[in-house]
Amino acid sequence: MDWGALHTILGGVNKHSTSIGKIWLTVLFIFRIMILVVAAEKVWGDEQDDFICNTLQPGCKNVCYDHFFPISHIRLWALQLIFVSTPALLVAMHVAYRRHEKKRQFRKGDEKCEFKDVEEIRRQRFHIEGTLWWTYTSSIFFRLVFEAVFMYAFYFMYDGFQMPRLMKCNAWPCPNTVDCFVSRPTEKTVFTIFMIAVSSICILLNVAELCYLLTKFFLRKSRKAGNSKHHPNHENKEETKQNEMNELISDTCQNTVIGFSS
Amino acid sequence: MNWAGLYTVLSGVNRHSTAIGRIWLSVIFIFRIMVLVVAAESVWGDEKSAFTCNTQQPGCNSVCYDHFFPISHIRLWALQLILVTTPALLVAMHVAYQQHQEKKLLVLTGHADPKHMEEVKKHKMRIAGSLWWTYVFSVVFRLLFEAVFMYIFYMLYPGYQMVRLVKCEAYPCPNTVDCFISRPTEKTIFTVFMLVTSSICIVLNMAELVYLVVRACVRRGQHNSNPSSGKSSFYGHKLSSEYKQNEINQLLTDQDSSLKDMLRRNPGLQEKGDRCSAC
Repeated sequence: MDWGALHTILGGVNKHSTSIGKIWLTVLFIFRIMILVVAAEKVWGDEQDDFICNTLQPGCKNVCYDHFFPISHIRLWALQLIFVSTPALLVAMHVAYRRHEKKRQFRKGDEKCEFKDVEEIRRQRFHIEGTLWWTYTSSIFFRLVFEAVFMYAFYFMYDGFQMPRLMKCNAWPCPNTVDCFVSRPTEKTVFTIFMIAVSSICILLNVAELCYLLTKFFLRKSRKAGNSKHHPNHENKEETKQNEMNELISDTCQNTVIGFSS
Repeated sequence: MNWAGLYTVLSGVNRHSTAIGRIWLSVIFIFRIMVLVVAAESVWGDEKSAFTCNTQQPGCNSVCYDHFFPISHIRLWALQLILVTTPALLVAMHVAYQQHQEKKLLVLTGHADPKHMEEVKKHKMRIAGSLWWTYVFSVVFRLLFEAVFMYIFYMLYPGYQMVRLVKCEAYPCPNTVDCFISRPTEKTIFTVFMLVTSSICIVLNMAELVYLVVRACVRRGQHNSNPSSGKSSFYGHKLSSEYKQNEINQLLTDQDSSLKDMLRRNPGLQEKGDRCSAC
């Protein structure tokens, strides 16, 4: 169970995402997870072994390392990536639930169900509307929250994202103040800035996606409000195309219908 | 055989689980197994090599490490995850057994064509009858294993916190010796994280147990108030004539009670069926 398995799980969600969502997923996998696995892990690989303190006092190195690095950058990034990618599973679960409902409708022989067979239901792409819209929007919101929380945790723990070369430590059992030297500080700073930058890009993409979804929602609502002025007796129970078609069919028997495009 | 292999084995069980069961499985794989493999293992990677004691006495380091860490957190978590996920295999075995029985029945009633066989394999088993009991036992065992391991953790590492310094006086260390643990804060963070996810899993398991019991009681209540329901056969609609119906009835009475049991309570098959008077 590793990043490859996460990729398999999340790849399925891709089908039901918006275009911005697909870009976000690509950025996540290529510029964050892949960089983490292929490059960053090696840079931080010898972080404790090569953390050297100017003392022979046993235990001083351990204590100073623990004092300056309560949790390693690599582990923080791994946790961040896991938390940031899991809200997409909410969407996957919702889509699976809808598919299950459609299959049940199909099996019951419901005339409303427009699918020819079970395979078509499995292949169908669901539009992001109705309750799925809310699930999707909540998942983006959670993603944003997790990204922000982890960025803040980073900033709080490592004071400005930069890795210094030298740290002065006076935790017990170190005698007085001891100089400790961090291994590969510049390379670590470069990767830290890179990961922060990509994280910011992901935040921007999420914000853009949220705005896009909200705009689509309000446009759809105003279109419906415009339509309902011509259909005073009509009540919208679902926000789907299917419902509009049903409305057309049922309204031909009633009042004057003004045709509308959908 | 590694975690990926376990994932393959358990994904099959996913289909026959409740919704809560699926959430539990996702939490196990993403927040526990994945975090263990991707993060925690590297934190504990150098736990012995970086365990330093303030002495030059040979052997003191090893003895003190062994005294304070009889079994490493990582190994305990690995054991816990394996034991907690395996009761689901009971359910998988029971489902496989039921599918085997259904296929046997298909062969006996002369419907052993590939299409029907595929359908048996594909359709989702409802958690009712003996499968309900198996499922409930698997959830109870999961709960038990989780609780036992949480207790073992607490016994071995009281307070779940990893200290920086431990004082050791085991032979051959001269007097009392200060020993320093590597990355104690990071280890504490991950211990707390795994503890929290373990508690979440316990809560999910309890919720699933309650859900199953409530569902069974509701179903029993419905059955008592409407005794004629639940007596239909999936295969009834395939056999249009009474003669064939009688044939099935005879076959059914010749089989053992487990087959009758299966037909009676498998409502996924009922949706297509006519009423079968022998059931």
